[in-house]
Amino acid sequence: MKTIVIGVIGADVHAVGNKIIEYTLTHHGYNVINIGVLSSQEDFINAAIETDAQLILVSSLYGQGEIDCRGMRDKCIEAGIGDILLYVGGNIVVGKQDFKEVKKRFQEMGFNRIYPPGTPIDKALNDIKQDLGE
Amino acid sequence: MARYLLIDFGSTFTKLTAVDTTTGDIIGTSASATTVSTDIREGYHQALADLYASMDRVVTFDKIVACSSAAGGLKMAAIGLVDELTVEAAKRVCLGAGAKVDLVFSHHLTNREIQEIINKKIDIILLAGGADGGNSECVIYNAKKLGEAHISVPIVFAGNKSAEDDVRSVFETYNLDGCVCDNVMPRINILNIESAKKKIREIFLKKIIAAKGIKKIEQEIDRVVLPTPEAVLQASELLSRGYMHEKGFGDIVVVDIGGATTDMYSMCQATNRSDVILHGLEEPFAKRTVEGDLGMRYSAPGIVKNLSKEEIRLIDEEKGIDIEREVSYRFDNVWSLPQSEHDERVDELLAEMCAYRAMHRHVGKIEEVFTPMGTVYNQTGKDLTEIEYVIGTGGVIINARDKMVILNKTTNIFPETNELRPKHPNFLIDERYILAAMGLLAQIDPLLALKIMKKHLKPIDKEGQ
Repeated sequence: MKTIVIGVIGADVHAVGNKIIEYTLTHHGYNVINIGVLSSQEDFINAAIETDAQLILVSSLYGQGEIDCRGMRDKCIEAGIGDILLYVGGNIVVGKQDFKEVKKRFQEMGFNRIYPPGTPIDKALNDIKQDLGE
Repeated sequence: MARYLLIDFGSTFTKLTAVDTTTGDIIGTSASATTVSTDIREGYHQALADLYASMDRVVTFDKIVACSSAAGGLKMAAIGLVDELTVEAAKRVCLGAGAKVDLVFSHHLTNREIQEIINKKIDIILLAGGADGGNSECVIYNAKKLGEAHISVPIVFAGNKSAEDDVRSVFETYNLDGCVCDNVMPRINILNIESAKKKIREIFLKKIIAAKGIKKIEQEIDRVVLPTPEAVLQASELLSRGYMHEKGFGDIVVVDIGGATTDMYSMCQATNRSDVILHGLEEPFAKRTVEGDLGMRYSAPGIVKNLSKEEIRLIDEEKGIDIEREVSYRFDNVWSLPQSEHDERVDELLAEMCAYRAMHRHVGKIEEVFTPMGTVYNQTGKDLTEIEYVIGTGGVIINARDKMVILNKTTNIFPETNELRPKHPNFLIDERYILAAMGLLAQIDPLLALKIMKKHLKPIDKEGQ
């Protein structure tokens, strides 16, 4: 069974989407480790190491995602899980910005997949299946 | 109707407590130096003679049971994967089992760390790592590393269930003294203490007390049943929760300041509030922490180590105490007792510092987080603000002139900090040093143990006496 760590990063307490993601991924046969809201980069990484996860899926709904996610890939490399897949989605930047630019910035930060506001989890689910296998 | 003799073989004193179920009370106590380096029975015989003398008669006991922290107590190494998760879980299991955690290692073991395990003469190794179904590689690597070094110390494997078979075959291949129990952290942030704790106790009773020369006492008594700190933990939990119709004291903290360590116990849930978000590894209801660098004699230098030059000078100017000289004297003369009022004042000051700092490390912290959805509270560790009682034990507190001033250092004396210290507790003193004995009695007659504790733990009056 493939393991995915999910949670909401930073000073963000949006719990609803987080529960929907947990439900959907579990329903599709993944081992979901939900570390919940108000989680730091270290919380995600520590959970991924202990559970031998293949993917970390970061949610951010309050606009500060760019600050909260900076340096996360580097920390994964330092922690010995540099190859892990990193996904991020939600309202990940402040205001209405051109998503192409946003995506580019997050790709440069080492994220493998970046989702704009309002993306249904089913869309990400297809990518997960493609990246991790069914 | 029965009489029980409860013995605590401490690192310095062998303490006896005799209980009569007819009167439902303590009928005598005594103490004598622990003589484990020669023959543990000598100190016991002396204490027993003193006990009979104090009662003016010789009595026969229906049951004699003991706990022990003699000969260095139970020394353990806790090994896990990530510091905040399985390493912390392993550490908490060791402490809950009444051990001293002398070594803590994370990730892959190195040769240097293996050497430390050998040098420190560790009694039991707790090997954890990985949530169930998670990382197996590291814990198997560590098991092999211990095997290659031909470690003869008993090893308790309490890591990832998926690694269990591999670790078992490593134990067999290298002929290690290993056993397997449930994972200390089966899922992220979920703590599972009981299985590993039970295994540790079994090994302690079967092997460790024999290796330390304590077992020979069993020719004269029924059994050594627990490490002393676990007896105190069990007594505290009983006192907190109550037993059947006999009510307990609710949420409590016990602070035990000794010569080598300061032990802190808290009996309560992590929080009773609904407006906080808890973070980190799950907290046990009965939690024990041990500070090996905070103690009145062997560990006195550790108290000063954390002070700045300015603070040391301030103590000298305000209290007329040369704290550096005083702690090094106590370290060099671990058997010294206060000879003057000045010595007493110094001991009390050191005890205050131990209490303050041990609570600083034990207690949970809270921070306000400003989010677009409003202010939320993020808590790690245990919330002790509503604790009902703080109970002091250990020679320095019991004998202090002003007990209140020491115990008060566990509370929120600086209210602006983010520490969730007790706000307005009542203070009690374990005057007759009975907590460990009541932990033993709790194995036989929990109701009586509870009643005796409720009777003999004495409130501190306004003068701090």
